[in-house]
Amino acid sequence: MLSAVGSGLVSVLRRIGSRTLIIIAWLGYVTRFAVAVVQQSPAALSRLSLTLREIYFSGVLSLVIILVSGLFVGMVLALQGYDVLQRYGAAESLGVLVALSLVRELGPVVSGLLFASRAGSAITAEIGLMKATEQLSAMEMMAVDPLARVVAPRFWGGIISMPLLAALFSTLGIFGAYLVGVKLIGIDAGAFWSNMQAGVDFRYDIVNGIIKSIVFGVAVSMLAVFEGYDAKPTAEGVSTATTRTVVESSLAILGLDFVLTVFMFRGVG
Amino acid sequence: MNLNRSALDLWVGVFVALGIGAILFLALKVGNLIDFASAPGYRLEARFDNIGGLKARAPVKAAGVVVGRVESIKLDSATYQAVVTLRIEPGYQFTKDTIASILTSGLLGDVYIGLDPGGDSQMLADGGTVSKTQSGIVLEKLIGQFLFDKAAQGGAPK
Amino acid sequence: MSSQAAPAPASAGATAHPEYAVELEGVTFAYDRRPVLTGITMAVPRGSVVGIMGGSGCGKTTILRLIGGELQPNSGRVLVAGQSVPDLDRHELYLMRRKLGMLFQFGALFTDMSVYENVAFTMREHTDLTEELIRDLVLMKLHAVGLRGAARLMPSELSGGMARRVALARAIALDPMLVMYDEPFAGLDPISLGIVGQLIRRSSDALGITSLVVTHDIYESLKIVDYLYFVSAGKIIAQGTPDEVRASKDAFVRQFVDGAPDGPVPFHYPAAPYRSELLSRA
Repeated sequence: MLSAVGSGLVSVLRRIGSRTLIIIAWLGYVTRFAVAVVQQSPAALSRLSLTLREIYFSGVLSLVIILVSGLFVGMVLALQGYDVLQRYGAAESLGVLVALSLVRELGPVVSGLLFASRAGSAITAEIGLMKATEQLSAMEMMAVDPLARVVAPRFWGGIISMPLLAALFSTLGIFGAYLVGVKLIGIDAGAFWSNMQAGVDFRYDIVNGIIKSIVFGVAVSMLAVFEGYDAKPTAEGVSTATTRTVVESSLAILGLDFVLTVFMFRGVG
Repeated sequence: MNLNRSALDLWVGVFVALGIGAILFLALKVGNLIDFASAPGYRLEARFDNIGGLKARAPVKAAGVVVGRVESIKLDSATYQAVVTLRIEPGYQFTKDTIASILTSGLLGDVYIGLDPGGDSQMLADGGTVSKTQSGIVLEKLIGQFLFDKAAQGGAPK
Repeated sequence: MSSQAAPAPASAGATAHPEYAVELEGVTFAYDRRPVLTGITMAVPRGSVVGIMGGSGCGKTTILRLIGGELQPNSGRVLVAGQSVPDLDRHELYLMRRKLGMLFQFGALFTDMSVYENVAFTMREHTDLTEELIRDLVLMKLHAVGLRGAARLMPSELSGGMARRVALARAIALDPMLVMYDEPFAGLDPISLGIVGQLIRRSSDALGITSLVVTHDIYESLKIVDYLYFVSAGKIIAQGTPDEVRASKDAFVRQFVDGAPDGPVPFHYPAAPYRSELLSRA
């Protein structure tokens, strides 16, 4: 009986071991891919038209969902925030509350999640489909590196779009809060804006927020292009890859957000 | 999906312009970039036994009007006093016997520094020190003082 | 148009014969320990049309990928115009590929570009030609495949046969030395079959292009090739000119040419004996 337990334990350990090795090998593979993409980037960026095209597809086409979501998030924040603040007579701090929440956290994170599901999955599907229809192989055989022509422009298009989208999200959110707080509820506009200005620091809050959105942009874009490039060249493979992109990107954003917040916002005040 | 080149350029341009505009909006109207960047004015120093809830960037007011900001707060390890650096906007002069007090706007409001000028003919210059200060109120000490007084009162007669 | 790369490295006391566009000697390749090709030896003379035939999954496409440098052989030599392909570094490999053209199974046209853009792709990437020159060349190539009028269409608007022809135009855009065709006849209607076959033959004759055609369409191949190799289970089991093939007594070749369901390539997937399986209680 002991030997049965023993061998069971050994097989469990062996499975954990091989699983870990697989994960480590996967990390190594992703890293090598990432390095190759970065190496091909100068070639891609010098062909500005390719990158501009990708900024259009990932950034401009995400505008509607980002702007609308930002507006609604800001409005809800204002409603909920007012409900709590007015109990302590601090309703005039609504502007600060909303601005800080958006600029520090909700702007980068929520727009990152929306970007991952809209643009990230589209990028993965595009690249995966090109792989499945042998377009990437065709390009290789025509002596054109697909990393430079297909992958890198999409990668940089995502990185450039993300911080812009996050800023637009926060801006629309603040505007939404203004609509609800000042216009609807009746908080004094002057107090709303001046408290906000006093409470939000450029370097501490806004720049940190921008740094976060850039980091998220790098993570989401890299995952999106990788999953597309790595997808199994079948219809099923492409759909699996797009799902993986959204899931992995979301987890990455939330995890990185925690790490960055710990480093950035220590000893607040 | 054969997009017209010029239409694409236009949209990307609009997008980038909007994005940068949003960043600028956040920086200027929401944050305090201008305050921070254009920080002309001169410095004054003030020492307090206790700064209460005073924070950096808190306003400095005279007669309720904002005349500057708190730039930094440090502890003097020799005298164990708080050393507060104030940045006063140019155009405002304060007498050498000005009193700097740490006040609270409202019961749960923000803490700020109030300046009460005196009658001295000489003005404070850049780098000068406000010698008369009034420390911030620490609520616990106030309550403790109140209870102590009450206890002392209650114990005396009888 | 395609610039000659540096002369073949002094690798392997080259017994490379310049009259051959492609040579394979004793090439083996295994994928994840599963052997795909064993001891493949073939020589493709310049300017000829050579066919590689075999059932599905026998390794035909792998041969093309070895020649193009997408895969590395486990052993043996792969020579293209005297150059050993596995020994090339990335930059040299890309230079060599400019001398190649490849027609993928379903065309593999770039779906986000028009027909014109697809054919112009390599011209734009690898040459400094002016737009007027490119336009003339693209229209010439499209005219050769009969699709000059479709230049503005998108790949999604093309039928299978038309897409295949555009891909052919794209493959010969820079007048390569060697064009490889991966199942060019698969899934085409009889008219398109005839057209594609004729285009392969004519581009070879007119432009001196060496053509390597991987297919399992015996009927069309016999009409256009100069030489034929038969591959089964990773080995070359027969070869010859079309006449030799038609007259061959080899059992495998006969099964292929006649399209017989059973022969050296068995009809039944390996299984337990029929009677015992029916009678058992599995």
